[in-house]
Amino acid sequence: MSYQNPPTPPRKSATFDDYTLAEIRRAAATGIYDIRGGGTKRKVPHFDDLLFLGASISRYPLEGYRERCDTSVTLGTRFARKPIQLKIPITIAGMSFGSLSANAKEALGRGATLSGTSTTTGDGGMTEEERGHSSILVYQYLPSRYGMNPRDLRRADAIEVVVGQGAKPGGGGMLLGQKISDRVAEMRTLPKGIDQRSACRHPDWTGPDDLEIKILELREITDWEKPIYVKVGGARPYYDTALAVKAGADVVVLDGMQGGTAATQDVFIEHVGQPTLACIRPAVRALQDLGMHRKVQLIVSGGIRSGADVAKALALGADAVSIGTAALVAIGDNDPKWEDEYRKLGTTAGAYDDWHEGKDPAGITTQDPALMARLDPVAAGRRLANYLKVMTLEAQTIARACGHNHVHNLEPEDLCALTIEAAAMAGVPLAGTDWIPGKSGF
Amino acid sequence: MPVFDLAVAPLRDLNAALHAVGAGANDTHFEVINPRGHHAVAVGADAPVTIAVRGSVGYYCAGMNSEAAVTIHGSAGPGVAENMMSGTVVVEGDASQYAGATGRGGLLVIKGNAASRCGISMKGIDIVVHGNIGHMSAFMAQSGNLVVLGDAGEALGDSLYEARLFVRGSVKSLGADCIEKEMRPEHLAILADLLARAGVEGVAPSEFKRYGSARKLYNFNIDNVDAY
Repeated sequence: MSYQNPPTPPRKSATFDDYTLAEIRRAAATGIYDIRGGGTKRKVPHFDDLLFLGASISRYPLEGYRERCDTSVTLGTRFARKPIQLKIPITIAGMSFGSLSANAKEALGRGATLSGTSTTTGDGGMTEEERGHSSILVYQYLPSRYGMNPRDLRRADAIEVVVGQGAKPGGGGMLLGQKISDRVAEMRTLPKGIDQRSACRHPDWTGPDDLEIKILELREITDWEKPIYVKVGGARPYYDTALAVKAGADVVVLDGMQGGTAATQDVFIEHVGQPTLACIRPAVRALQDLGMHRKVQLIVSGGIRSGADVAKALALGADAVSIGTAALVAIGDNDPKWEDEYRKLGTTAGAYDDWHEGKDPAGITTQDPALMARLDPVAAGRRLANYLKVMTLEAQTIARACGHNHVHNLEPEDLCALTIEAAAMAGVPLAGTDWIPGKSGF
Repeated sequence: MPVFDLAVAPLRDLNAALHAVGAGANDTHFEVINPRGHHAVAVGADAPVTIAVRGSVGYYCAGMNSEAAVTIHGSAGPGVAENMMSGTVVVEGDASQYAGATGRGGLLVIKGNAASRCGISMKGIDIVVHGNIGHMSAFMAQSGNLVVLGDAGEALGDSLYEARLFVRGSVKSLGADCIEKEMRPEHLAILADLLARAGVEGVAPSEFKRYGSARKLYNFNIDNVDAY
C-alpha cells in the first residue's frame, strides 16, 4: 500500500489577497495609479465602536414625544456680524459644480433649505442654481480660486477657506477632461476638455501668519459680515485647529479620512490622514486649551451616516457635523435601480467610485446632459430633506435618552467604547471598565 | 476728496467708505496717507473711483479690485491686486511675491521689480512689470498677459495653461511645459497696446520674446511622468 499525503487545501495570502493581486496586475498592465472618488474603504475605528450609556439611576431621561430637545446651532459667533443660524447640526459639505452636475447641486441646495441648514460650494465656483435654491450657502475659498469673485463672496452666507480635506490632506485636486463641459470650462477659465488641476497650496499665502492676513482681507472685502470657516484635513488636528483659531477663524471644519473626494489617487485616500474618530478629541482639546470651545465652532465630517454618528460627534465636542457622501447617496448615488448600468461599467451598486469619468448612471457625478436629466432636483432635494430629518430625530432620540434637552449637551461621559483603539481615540472608557487608554492614572 | 490717514484712522473706515460708493457719488477720489505697511488696504473696491496710496503697503493691497484705479506711491507687499476683476493698479515701487495672483481682469503695472510667483494662477489679468520678475512666475497661469521688460527668474510659466508671457530680457529657465513661441502680428499688437497703457515709452514690441504652453501636460499621460 502506497502512502499518500493528504491534499493541502489552497491557501491565499492575507498579505497578498485577491484585491492586492488584482491591483498589482492592473498597475503592471497600465503603468498608472488608480484614481477614484470617495473616501477610505478600509475599516478604521469609527463611531460604530462607541456606544451611549443612556440614562439610569444617576441620570434621568427626557420624554421622547413631550419634552423638547433642541437641535439649533449658531455658527460664526466669534467675529462675524451676521452669524449663521441652523435648525439642525448637520450641514452639507463642499462639493464642486463640475464634479457634480448642476441638478445635483440644486438638489443639495433644496434639501438643505427644506431642513434649515447650509450647503457649500466647491472647487468650481458658485452656480446660480445653487445660490438660488440654498437659503444658507457657504462659499469655499480654495487654492485653485476657480470662479472666485467678490460678488459671490458678498452674496455668500459664509466663507470657507479650504486648507485641506480628509480624503487627501496635503493633496490638490484633478477634474479630468471628460467632465469639462463648456459651462464648467468657462467657470474655471480653462479650455474645454483638458484635465484641470487644483493646486494643493493657496497661491498667495503659506502658513498660519499669512492665513491670518488672508482672513483679514476676506473680512474687509465682505465688511466683516460673513463667518469665516477654515477647513482642514485630519492630519494634525490639535495644531491645525489651534493655528486656525490663531489665524482668526470663526469656525473650524475638520474632515477625517472617511471624507470623500471627487477624484484622487487611491493610495492617497487609503494611506494619508487619520480617521475621523481620532481627530475630534485633539481638536476639541486645542479649543479648550485656548479657551475657545463653543466660541469657535467645530464642524466634523468624514463618515457621518446616521443620527447616532451625529450624536457621537457632538458628544465628543463638535458643534455640528457635515455630510457629503451620505448626502449623495440620499439623492440617488449608487442606487441599485441602476445595477444593470453599473455592471456595464464593470462595477456594482454600492461600489461605483469612478466619479471622475463622468459616466454616473445616477446623473449625479457627471456633466453628460442625458445622464444629468435622470436626476430630478426637486424629488432628490425632498429625499435629502427626509434623510436629514431622520438623522436629526435619531440624534434627538439619543440625546433625550441621555437626559439632555439640547444635542449640544451630549458629552464624552455619555459614551463608552467597544474597542481599546476607539477608547484611546475618543478618550472614553472601554466598555465595562474605567480604563481610558493613554490617560494617566490608569 | 476723502483722506484716510491710516496712522490714526482704522483700516475698516477706509474699506467701508470705498464699498459705500454708489452710482453718481460725488467723492470719487480717495487719498490714503501713512499706510505704513498696513495689510488689506483698499480691498474689494467696486466702483470707478481713483485711490492714491501715499506710501508702501503690506499684503493684498487692492485685492479683488473692480473698476477702481489704484496707485501705490511706494512698494507693495505680497499679493498686490490679487484676484483683481477689472480696473487698474499701479505700483510705483517694487512688488513682493504673488503680485496679481489669480487676477481675472484689469491691468496691474509694477514700475519696479516683482518677486517670485508674479502672476501665479492668473485668469485673465494683464500684468506689466517694468523691471525683473522672480522665480516660478506665471505658475499655472490660465489666461491673460504677463509682460516683463527686464529678466525672468527660474521656472517661468511652469505648468502654464493659456496665458501669454512676453519677456524682453533673459529667462533663467522655463518651467514644465513652457516653451518659446513665435511672435505673430497679433501678439505684437497686444504687446504694443499693453506697453502704451502701462506708460512704457521707447521700447518696441519686437524686442520681446513670447512664451506659452506646449500643451503637452493638458491631459495626463504616463509617458510625461518625468515632467511632474
